[in-house]
Amino acid sequence: MNDFTDLAEGFELPVVTKHFTRAQLVAYANASGDQNPIHQDEVVAKSVGLPDVIAHGMLTMGAAIQVVTDWIGDPTAIIEYSVRMTRPVVVPDTADGVEVTFGGKIGAINSDGTIRVDLTAIFAEQSVLGQARALVRLPK
Amino acid sequence: MGMNHEMVGHAYPASPAYLVTPENIAAFALAIGDSNPIYHDPAFAQSLGHASVCAPPTFPIVVTMAAMEKSFHDPALNMDFSRVVHSDQRFEYTRPIAVGDKLVVTTIVEDIKALGTNDIATFRTEVTSDGEPVVTGWSKLVVRGEQV
Repeated sequence: MNDFTDLAEGFELPVVTKHFTRAQLVAYANASGDQNPIHQDEVVAKSVGLPDVIAHGMLTMGAAIQVVTDWIGDPTAIIEYSVRMTRPVVVPDTADGVEVTFGGKIGAINSDGTIRVDLTAIFAEQSVLGQARALVRLPK
Repeated sequence: MGMNHEMVGHAYPASPAYLVTPENIAAFALAIGDSNPIYHDPAFAQSLGHASVCAPPTFPIVVTMAAMEKSFHDPALNMDFSRVVHSDQRFEYTRPIAVGDKLVVTTIVEDIKALGTNDIATFRTEVTSDGEPVVTGWSKLVVRGEQV
């Protein structure tokens, strides 16, 4: 268990790195119910002007919060979570897929026992989430 | 022709109840690439004080997106679903989603704004179980206008 008693603004949470593959996009489509073909079919994706199949923005959002849940140990500590999906994660049809790196740092420590964690998601050296923030209740 | 801005404030009928099961939670966690046992091992979750496995924070999108998609097809809204991009998502949790919850979603058109040829629409999705609030979602969607 991590120590949450001596935190400061700017504290950086451990980075989480994930690989997004086509197979994972299919699994996410099935688990989430979002079967939009731009996340599975490169012909459809290219027909609407995308470079290739792109990951669901909600998959990126779902993956990013693992930075917080791994660190805090309990997903029910999350009180609010919001993101802006600023760029797509383009996923080619390869075994390894693409790497997305997620980070987080404490943006605010509130007097009510909560903290705000500001999250980042980097794909191909560019940020794919903006204003990604979680309000988290610290363990007592 | 853009969206019908007079629909702001409209609430759609509540969705059918969705029963939260350990299997659905585990499949969702696997799909976001998160192997934390709290999502698939009831004994581990119980060791942390939970009744059963916990739902990942973005799990509510399973029910809120389905409920919103129904409203997208309402002719009165005049929303071209093929031109929609999901730009922002927010969740505020009243309490954690738990196994056995019967989630019901009410979708409300919270705001529609024109930005150039685009419409920016915000849908609020209020998720309850047995009439009690669980989580509220806000989804901002950009409906791209026809290129001129």
